[in-house]
Amino acid sequence: MRRDLQPRSPAGAVRPRSTINQSEKAMKPTTSVILSGVGGQGILLAGEILATAAMNSGFDAKKSEVHGMAQRGGSVVAHVRFGEKVYSPLAKLGEADYLVAFERLEALRYLPLVKNGGTVVMNDQRIVPLSVTFGAGAYPEKIEEMLSGRAKAVEVIPALAIAQEMGNTNVVNLVMLGALSKYLIFPEETWQKSLEERVPKKFLELNQKAFARGAEAARTKVTA
Amino acid sequence: MKAFLSGNEAVARGAYEAGVRFAAAYPGTPSTEILENCAKYSEIASQWSTNEKVAMEVTIGASLGGARSLVAMKHVGLNVAADPFFTLSYTGVNGGVVVVSADDPGMHSSQNEQDNRHYARFAKVPMLEPSDSQEAKDFVKVGMEISEAFDTPVLLRMTTRVCHSKSVVELGERAEPPKKTYQKDFAKYVVLPSNARKRHVFVEERTKKLEEYSESFPGNRIEPGEPELGVVTGSVAYQYAREVFPKATFLKLSMSYPLPRKLIREFAGKVKKIVVIEELDPYIEENLKAMGIPVEGKSKIPLCGELSTETVAKAFGEEIKPYALPVEVPIRFPVLCPGCPHSGIYYVLKTLKATVTGDIGCYTLGGMPPLSAMDTCICMGASVGMALGMKKAMGRDSAKRIVATIGDSTFLHSGITGLLDIVYNKGVSTVCILDNGTTAMTGHQDHPGTGKTLAKEQTSKVDYAALARSLGIKDVKVIDPYDLKAVREAFKDSLSRAEPSVVIAQRACVLLDRKRAKAPAVDLEKCNACGLCFLLGCPAMEKADGKPVINEVFCVGCHVCAEICNREALQAL
Repeated sequence: MRRDLQPRSPAGAVRPRSTINQSEKAMKPTTSVILSGVGGQGILLAGEILATAAMNSGFDAKKSEVHGMAQRGGSVVAHVRFGEKVYSPLAKLGEADYLVAFERLEALRYLPLVKNGGTVVMNDQRIVPLSVTFGAGAYPEKIEEMLSGRAKAVEVIPALAIAQEMGNTNVVNLVMLGALSKYLIFPEETWQKSLEERVPKKFLELNQKAFARGAEAARTKVTA
Repeated sequence: MKAFLSGNEAVARGAYEAGVRFAAAYPGTPSTEILENCAKYSEIASQWSTNEKVAMEVTIGASLGGARSLVAMKHVGLNVAADPFFTLSYTGVNGGVVVVSADDPGMHSSQNEQDNRHYARFAKVPMLEPSDSQEAKDFVKVGMEISEAFDTPVLLRMTTRVCHSKSVVELGERAEPPKKTYQKDFAKYVVLPSNARKRHVFVEERTKKLEEYSESFPGNRIEPGEPELGVVTGSVAYQYAREVFPKATFLKLSMSYPLPRKLIREFAGKVKKIVVIEELDPYIEENLKAMGIPVEGKSKIPLCGELSTETVAKAFGEEIKPYALPVEVPIRFPVLCPGCPHSGIYYVLKTLKATVTGDIGCYTLGGMPPLSAMDTCICMGASVGMALGMKKAMGRDSAKRIVATIGDSTFLHSGITGLLDIVYNKGVSTVCILDNGTTAMTGHQDHPGTGKTLAKEQTSKVDYAALARSLGIKDVKVIDPYDLKAVREAFKDSLSRAEPSVVIAQRACVLLDRKRAKAPAVDLEKCNACGLCFLLGCPAMEKADGKPVINEVFCVGCHVCAEICNREALQAL
């Protein structure tokens, strides 16, 4: 994992377009993270903090999301990509290194974006879509098994339970981001800096705690 | 200094750096955040206008008054503003003008996916197309320079993916150009036919000069590669193509009207084969073919929908097998929020078997199952006129079932003139203004009915009832959409009248009014699983053995479901 996460030198920052050359094409691969869930779960803020952390760690970074129809309740996805030089803001099918799903069904929905042998970090929360309530389809069981059919590592985080324990269900997103942080080797201080940059002051302490709780909950420890 | 900005934030930053002093817009996805971010710079007088046409006209005024000015809208907004836009091309500007059109390939949040690049050629206005946030910022600045140097508005054509993707941007300082003064110029600014004929000649000469400029515009450039394949592309398609064809020779077109014909011929001479990779219409492709250059484009690349790296790769033969999931994943549509004041209105209209002409906003979702209570949706404001037209065609009796539903912001945008048409032409339609006190769908922007400006300053507030009466509507009712009994009675009464009616359903958007009440309790003894409450389509309701289970995390305690229940099985705690 460390191999494709070499921060570039500060001097090698985004180059002006006029200097694109062939040697750049042999660049190191781009890392792609998909964040998925249900509208209202705070996916866009989580993606924002992740991309900012990537940038603060010296990578070129791009993030894409779509501000869709209703404010709440629809399926929401954000793509975050970082590396030496990132072109497309979207990951290809079967290309994503990580899928961070804020809801169980939304993990399954976006699994085809994950590369063979990728990693899925999933919030153990069920939000039943209206289509299921009205009998158009069933909420699938055994989602972990299906995820394992594609992903090398599947980690389930009880993010809703943790957030409830903290007394605020709005911090599920930061719990999940904290768990993801254990898989990426961005220095701890870049995460903290990104949180400070992107979270309103009023909620910063709460969000920092949620991030720390998520990091604790993740079983993976990065080995340098 | 570097910042991580969305395309929209970058446009606002570009406006700031370019010394823009005035900006206007009507909110519309994917363009909304441009003005929200302009408003963060105190140097830019920023405003929400009533609609895009007004925004364009105010911008023209600001330009003539000497300010560098920017106006932003979504692609269909430019249809609304097309009238002043075309003639602005003739008059030209005083302070520079950049018109931002945010197109929506893929229709993430729009009623069509028209390709607004055609507007540049149609109105004979130079067009710049950024492919990321850095270019979005840079092109606003260069756009202002082009505008003033060539005496023309400049079209900055964005797309959803450019607007809403974030990337790294190098920030610069603000540089205000020397202040311009207003100069009366009858021949330029009063488009009487005698003047406009001369201005048309000017426009044609200007286009020739812009063609020369386009040749040397640094955003139009050849990126060297192997000569086997030449790729012509622009906008975000450039980013996808760069990943799919890392070795090809590229012609990146950032100024796509007028096209740099000499540069295109030079490029054609360097490569053995040319493909054009562009979203939506074959705009560049047809231009190249008209120049006699053989190219491949839409014979391979889809005409419909948004492109992506994989659609481009697939179009050129790369085999991408999507991982097949072992089960079908149930769809998760966007839905009206739990406690949305619109839900009860549509529930009642459904039970009254009304024919509902609908409009653009969150409430368009009232057309989705299980409510399925909307018959039509065309464009901003259309519900009102369509209700009248349907009645004219179907006869007076049918009018007893036709209701137009239109949100507060949409009504002010372009519903008022329709309502006046009903009165003037002796219609008897019922128009329901869904007043939730905000422009909800685009993320809660203020409008003339909220009493606040974009800068959150207090201003005068529209009185919908007084407005309707002044237009000549006598039957005006104001109701609380949570009070289903009152809603039903209001519609029944208004629909039975031989005169036009306005029903104003007033309650704040549930995302703005954060007051919460307890979820109702389900009395499983009383509940007979009739399923009536499920017709509301409330996302806080799940089903077990045919009976409701209230998800207390989502329920806001509006208790509209309890009003629907005939057996008092849903009770306030």
